[in-house]
Amino acid sequence: MQPAFSVIFLTTLIGMGQGLFLAIYTEQVYSVLNVVQSNSSDKFYAIASAVALVLLVLGLISSIFHLGRPERAWRAASMWRTSWLSREVIVLPIVMGLVFLFGMVHFMSWNPVIMQFGSVAVRLSLIIGAFATLATFALYIATGMIYACLKFLQEWHSPLTVINYLLLGSVSGFTLASVIAAYEQAELVPFFVGWSITLLIFAFIFRGASLMRNKRLRPKSTVQTAIGVRHNQIKQKSMGFMGGSMNTRDFFHGKTLLFLRSIKTIFLVLVFAVPLSMLIIALFKPSLTVLGIAAVAMYIGLLAERWYFFAEGNHPQNIYYQSIA
Amino acid sequence: MSQLALVIDLNVCVGCHACVTNCKEWNTSGSAGALSDDNPYGKDPSGTFFNRVQTYEIGEFPKTETLHFPKSCLHCEDPPCVPVCPTGASYKREEDGIVLVDYDKCIGCRYCSWACPYGAREIDEHQKVMKKCTLCVDRIYDESLPERERKPACVLACPTSARLFGDVHDPDSEVSVAIREQGGYQLMPEWGTKPSNHYLPRRKNHVSYHKDELERADNPLKKEDYQVDASEPSLDDVTSW
Ligand code: SF4
Ligand code: SF4
Repeated sequence: MQPAFSVIFLTTLIGMGQGLFLAIYTEQVYSVLNVVQSNSSDKFYAIASAVALVLLVLGLISSIFHLGRPERAWRAASMWRTSWLSREVIVLPIVMGLVFLFGMVHFMSWNPVIMQFGSVAVRLSLIIGAFATLATFALYIATGMIYACLKFLQEWHSPLTVINYLLLGSVSGFTLASVIAAYEQAELVPFFVGWSITLLIFAFIFRGASLMRNKRLRPKSTVQTAIGVRHNQIKQKSMGFMGGSMNTRDFFHGKTLLFLRSIKTIFLVLVFAVPLSMLIIALFKPSLTVLGIAAVAMYIGLLAERWYFFAEGNHPQNIYYQSIA
Repeated sequence: MSQLALVIDLNVCVGCHACVTNCKEWNTSGSAGALSDDNPYGKDPSGTFFNRVQTYEIGEFPKTETLHFPKSCLHCEDPPCVPVCPTGASYKREEDGIVLVDYDKCIGCRYCSWACPYGAREIDEHQKVMKKCTLCVDRIYDESLPERERKPACVLACPTSARLFGDVHDPDSEVSVAIREQGGYQLMPEWGTKPSNHYLPRRKNHVSYHKDELERADNPLKKEDYQVDASEPSLDDVTSW
């Protein structure tokens, strides 16, 4: 497929925003249960929620550039019964709203205790956060399923697609959370860095699995099934026109194999190798710069990763567009 | 319930592109507005078409055969492009099975074009909505046209009658009979889309004779054959006068 930058930014930005929210909520749950000793302040939660919200909004804005008729975008909420894209369109504002509420509760320091279980006080933000977490997971699933549900895009048609959207989004959010912690509340850094490293390892395993799976795929459609002629030697002589069309523009990346391979190497280095080494360094010597490098490298790497993900999708319609003259 | 569709006879198509031209002409003049056409005579022409004729070469020289292959939306019975549409702009009509796009609802997200394995959908670069073959829904029901013209533009244009149009759910329709009797098949059956349009394969008529069919095995006079006096008219010569 031809990677569209609007979609690359959309998926990476909201993935990171969702991950950031999951990170701070995980921390909050841990500290409420006294698993980590921290007096994480409302200010930290408010700042992190604000950053998450900004990322979600930026993602939403970039998605608008993908639409031909953005003024009608509201209509996209109507077919949630059948369309994963519609489901994403519904869940995204829900996530935004809940993250906003979560941040506001902390920002206003208005966080009454709703329930009390022994020494554990369940405050309002914890309940909002629980719903937001559900919505966040639903959003990851919807985003991944948009691609995973297209069965003839064999590279995408796998649970690995959803898992990778979830893991890569989360790890980028947790890494960003460690940057914010380093800036705002240094004692939380080891917590986020630890989580980031764990998630990064899982992300590497599953992204690697999907690369390996896709390498071995054999296309189900061939020129024989495409035109219905049983012969081993079939060559297209003309696709019917000499100018361009959507068929020749939207479905193929138009790059060389070498370019594709280098993008793969770049994303493997920037998403996994660089951040992993930086995170390990930060585990011993937390510093804003080191974590900053990890987060920036990872985000740039994720742009490359998403580009590669789209480019790798091999659409069967390309069989019909092999020869111009 | 009926399912309108085209049946395209690859044995007859000569690759003249008349259907392409007439399709573009009809559909660019309709009430939905023009089909975009940028630089039609310039360096990089680019436009929206519902139908294209492609050409394939089968086999290796000198044993080759040329196949002209028209392709448009196949109006699948289980169209993967419909459920993915977030707005409901893409839909399949209950009454005749035509798959259509509501240009007033479409947001131009292109998702349906990803979901069509055949590359049948094209975004209109000016109206920014998805377009594709409508099976000339705006002409096949038009009662102001004489009845024989209530057919898709491509069907009317084809000089060799390679394109048949009708209801593939009606077992006695021209199209159903053609599919049944002439080996009609569907494209990319592996995806379970159940295309309604069918193609009739290239076919050649071979007649095979057995040796005894060339000899007059039942000729009662066979034994005397070589003794027949050629100067006299034989019985065969008499009857073929
Ligand atoms: S050919 Fe493509 S656009 Fe037409 S109904 Fe089938 S899937 Fe949809
Ligand atoms: S481009 Fe239009 S018809 Fe296609 S999925 Fe998007 S809204 Fe639906």
